Amino acid sequence: MREVRVHARAGQGAITTAGILGSAIFRSGRYAYAFPYFGAARMGAPMNAFLRYDDKQIRLRCQVYEPDFVLIVDKTLTYGYNCFTGLKTEGVVIIDDDKENVSQYDLPRSSQKIFAVPASRIAQEVIGRPLGNTVILGAFAAATGEVDLDSLLSAVEERFSSKGAIAEKNKEAVKKGFDYIKENY
Amino acid sequence: MKKFVEGSHAIAEIISKCRPGVISAYPITPQTHIVEGLAKLIADGELEAEFINVESEHSAASVVLGASATGVRTYTATSSQGLLLMAEVLFNIAGMRLPVVLTCANRSVSAPINIWNDHQDSMTVRDSGWIQLYAENIQEAIDLHVIAYKVAEDKRVSLPVLIGIDGYVLTHAFEVVDMPEQEMVDRFLPKFDPVVKLDPENPVSMGLLGAPDVYMETRYAIAKTMETALGVIQEASKSYSDVVGRPTGGLVETYRTDDAEKILIAMGSVVGSIKDVVDELREKGEKVGVLKIISYRPFPKDAIFEALKEAKYVGVVEKAVSLGADSPLFAEIAALLYKRGSNAVVNSFTVGLGGRDISSAQIRQIFGEMEKDETDTRFIGLNTELLEA
Repeated sequence: MREVRVHARAGQGAITTAGILGSAIFRSGRYAYAFPYFGAARMGAPMNAFLRYDDKQIRLRCQVYEPDFVLIVDKTLTYGYNCFTGLKTEGVVIIDDDKENVSQYDLPRSSQKIFAVPASRIAQEVIGRPLGNTVILGAFAAATGEVDLDSLLSAVEERFSSKGAIAEKNKEAVKKGFDYIKENY
Repeated sequence: MKKFVEGSHAIAEIISKCRPGVISAYPITPQTHIVEGLAKLIADGELEAEFINVESEHSAASVVLGASATGVRTYTATSSQGLLLMAEVLFNIAGMRLPVVLTCANRSVSAPINIWNDHQDSMTVRDSGWIQLYAENIQEAIDLHVIAYKVAEDKRVSLPVLIGIDGYVLTHAFEVVDMPEQEMVDRFLPKFDPVVKLDPENPVSMGLLGAPDVYMETRYAIAKTMETALGVIQEASKSYSDVVGRPTGGLVETYRTDDAEKILIAMGSVVGSIKDVVDELREKGEKVGVLKIISYRPFPKDAIFEALKEAKYVGVVEKAVSLGADSPLFAEIAALLYKRGSNAVVNSFTVGLGGRDISSAQIRQIFGEMEKDETDTRFIGLNTELLEA
């Protein structure tokens, strides 16, 4: 079983991120359980969403305390708060930031990896809004190989199917995130 | 068809497939996505039903009461304060023997205000005469709704059904579910054929005064019907399982209880977490198991005792309390075991109130503490620093 923790602010689409990734996992023949945890119910408040996935049905319902993967949609969440708590020894972090800033993040162990991708900026260019979730997901697929690009694109397609051009733009955002990692790491 | 779907949207979809004629609800977190989903299905012309907007849950319950009395299949959903605001009407719906189906997205009750999950809301209306079923996962949640209509509308039953699904943990979570086809639901669930209905061509009065010469008999009748419902729930679960081609529903589910010395009893989504811990402890050679109660009302005494009769230690894990007394499920399990001459050590554990996360470590702790016989419930996961302030 693998566990993912998404850090975002309420309104930034953390549960959408976990849901799309879960859907992509499902499309590749596995089981997933994606769920949010809202702290205070107000826009902009820090919140988490979680994802568990496995080859068999997920039964465990508690929050994720020792994630294999941490996705940070908004880098300001790392200011004064440790987003890496509990990260597994071989854990991987994807964060919305420029690659040259990556050294400023102190991971607890040298065996852990962090990949920075300027997700908000790419999203602003591609989607027209600084919502970098789908860029982060593309980067996650490229950095970890946990899910294939086609499953991810088809999950994005379904998630935004009722929103016309938004679906295509988000698929483009996924590909940009994917390519950014492939080209820069 | 298998799909990866949010709990609330899965419930909206399955309710739509049950073809209710009247839906009325008032939005409240964490139930809101369900009725939003249904409102959209109606607005998009995918579900032919009347969605009646109201100004409160009291009115929502009153609307489905009235609609059901005219012989229409009805649906409503709520949580927490909303369920309590419905309380007066819930007793009327059951007393009038109307087969309303209600989803309770289980949430704690104020004060303090808390929007997160526990079972205090539906536990508080447990004596209203409604059948109460609790779901472990989203799959079970959708299956129980179809079974609920079949049981509620069965002429041997004619009682309303509440389905408890854990707020957020299931309502706002995405999971893989096998969604029955419309044809399957239609085959299982025929058109609602009421015993009696409000009809201008054939006028009747319903919900009349029940003076001391008849009232007690109406309560006795519901009590006896609850016993009948035990069989009807099993029957409906079996025939629904045949239609969808996988086992589902029933009164209880036993998990590795056959030779278990220690058995935990729980309802709802926490059972899944307990199953994982059971597997882990079994690997280490510990004889442990878990009994899931699906039907809380009617309370399936025989099925519960059958599962527990060989156990040395029984622990009741609850997301509700009866302040100033024993926790509700514990009190019933202890009474059942005492009445049937069991010598098992029975303990009460309170967990997860107001959305406090229930970790695997907490469940391991409970299994570790089951041998210690205590009178009072143990609150698991308390932050003692807060109590000292």
